[in-house]
Amino acid sequence: MTSLAGTLTDSRIMLRRNLKHQLRYPSMTVMLVGMPIVLLLLFVYVFGGQLGAALGGRDSRAAYLDYVVPGLLLITVASAVQGTTIMIAMDMTGGIIDRFRTMAIARASVLTGHVLGSLIQILLGMGILIGVAFGLGFRSNAGPLEWLAAIGVLALFALALIWLAVALGLAAKSVETASNTPMILLLLLFLSSGFVLPATMPAGLRQFAEYQAFTPVADAVRGLFSGGAIAGHVVASLAWSVGIAVLSYLWAVRLYNRRRAAEAR
Amino acid sequence: MTAPTGTPGIVARDVCKSFGSHLVLDNVSLTAEEGSIFALLGPNGAGKTTIVRILSTLIGADSGSMQVAGHDVASDPDGVRAVIGVTGQFSAVDNLLTGAENLQLMADLRHLGRQAGQRRVAELLEQFELTDVAGKLLSSYSGGMRRRLDLAMTLVAAPRVIFLDEPTTGLDPRSRLTMWQIVRQLAAAGVTILLTTQYLDEADELADRIAVLDEGRIVAEGTPGELKRRIPGGHIRLHFAAPDLLRSAAGLLPGAAPDEDQLVLQVPADGTVESLRRLLDQLHGACIDVADLSIHTPDLDDVFFAVTGSHVPASSLAGRSDPHPASQGAAQP
Repeated sequence: MTSLAGTLTDSRIMLRRNLKHQLRYPSMTVMLVGMPIVLLLLFVYVFGGQLGAALGGRDSRAAYLDYVVPGLLLITVASAVQGTTIMIAMDMTGGIIDRFRTMAIARASVLTGHVLGSLIQILLGMGILIGVAFGLGFRSNAGPLEWLAAIGVLALFALALIWLAVALGLAAKSVETASNTPMILLLLLFLSSGFVLPATMPAGLRQFAEYQAFTPVADAVRGLFSGGAIAGHVVASLAWSVGIAVLSYLWAVRLYNRRRAAEAR
Repeated sequence: MTAPTGTPGIVARDVCKSFGSHLVLDNVSLTAEEGSIFALLGPNGAGKTTIVRILSTLIGADSGSMQVAGHDVASDPDGVRAVIGVTGQFSAVDNLLTGAENLQLMADLRHLGRQAGQRRVAELLEQFELTDVAGKLLSSYSGGMRRRLDLAMTLVAAPRVIFLDEPTTGLDPRSRLTMWQIVRQLAAAGVTILLTTQYLDEADELADRIAVLDEGRIVAEGTPGELKRRIPGGHIRLHFAAPDLLRSAAGLLPGAAPDEDQLVLQVPADGTVESLRRLLDQLHGACIDVADLSIHTPDLDDVFFAVTGSHVPASSLAGRSDPHPASQGAAQP
């Protein structure tokens, strides 16, 4: 079955497998969903008072909460894709992948199952985080359209990073390496407008922060939530997302097709 | 299980494969008839797994032609995949699912349909004695249980050709016997089986035909009987209680090879009862007491070492520590 219908059916089966894995491996799922919430509390109640002062306004902690929510939504993405990389590496280093390859199934479904599973996990994680943020006093004047746009921007960016994570998982020689490589994404996120205004950073760092992928995404989502300027940020974040997604997808497919072909006995 | 089609299960002609500059398969040709068990015997690194990987569409060959159940491996890999089952050397099971879920996953991916799939899963759990642990995660499974589940997963869609890459390596004796039994049942049901092994007794026990693979070449091929006939006669080993008895026996029997350290005399013999009687009469006539004796008929060990030459280190053959294992039929005097 190589038709589109076959690919969809097989992807659905693989998605179900991935979701079962998430339930069976709850420590990882809880950790990946829970960490952004812990960080939210940390940033708002520990750092928030001081960091928010730079934003001006009446209540610095509340101002910082509104500022930092997009950054933590991106933490949700960056931490969940670590799980994607680990799951892919576990599949590729175990024997099961050889079984799939000797079966007449749509080849792509092994990867798309993981991709869809991760996307669902991220959307759920972001939903929980938004809920907690509202509980802490987060307020947004976004209408339904803005919310939809914000979710769309985040989901597309998440999809891009998931494919990057898939490629990293395929490239990893072992599960241990796989669990470390996406850490770089978390670091990049801290060097963006996710947590502090880039304007407060020293020159070199500021330029880096202004011209990397996380900043336009964070700014676009922040703008959509608060009713600020968005046009440029949304365009830039879509460009980054599509660019990362396409390159990572091509890299992942290349690795997937080549993997094992070169492997010795 | 499957209706005979008259097409050979596996045909391979002049298959070559190199990894870099290292030639792993050198013009390998083999034919496994439908419903037969074909064993590939060889030490580690002989290329057994590579053949399995090529025939099961995991990697491509550099040259040569192959058909599996009539489907060309190079031009119709999906046709091959639809009729084969593969159980590799490393367990191809999903550790985060239960036994039943693993089988269900296979049934889903084979598009068996909901009811037929569930029926097949229940059937296989029963057949492989896994019903009691069907709902348990694989982390609680023993090695033998995992291997049985692995094979059960291979059989979900009733494949016509099965590749078993070292199916009993690392199994305890009881699990090994169970595995042998399953393999025999499958062949009896018309399934063609290609198995690789480094155990000579396994090939001897199971296979209709055996190919001995050494450094990528098939160095001998035939039925177990044919291969054994290639090796000239066996011998009788006589054990003595004292060195002088050994010496007088050696004097009596020209052509015998004495071993002073072990007090053993090795006498060439054709293995018939008559030759044994003659030997014992001769010793009795000379009043030489024999402490013990054993009859050694040529087995696949001898074949293996005769055809692969002496360059194969004995340590590369698993389970082979003694060049004359005690498993040969020993006769009491």
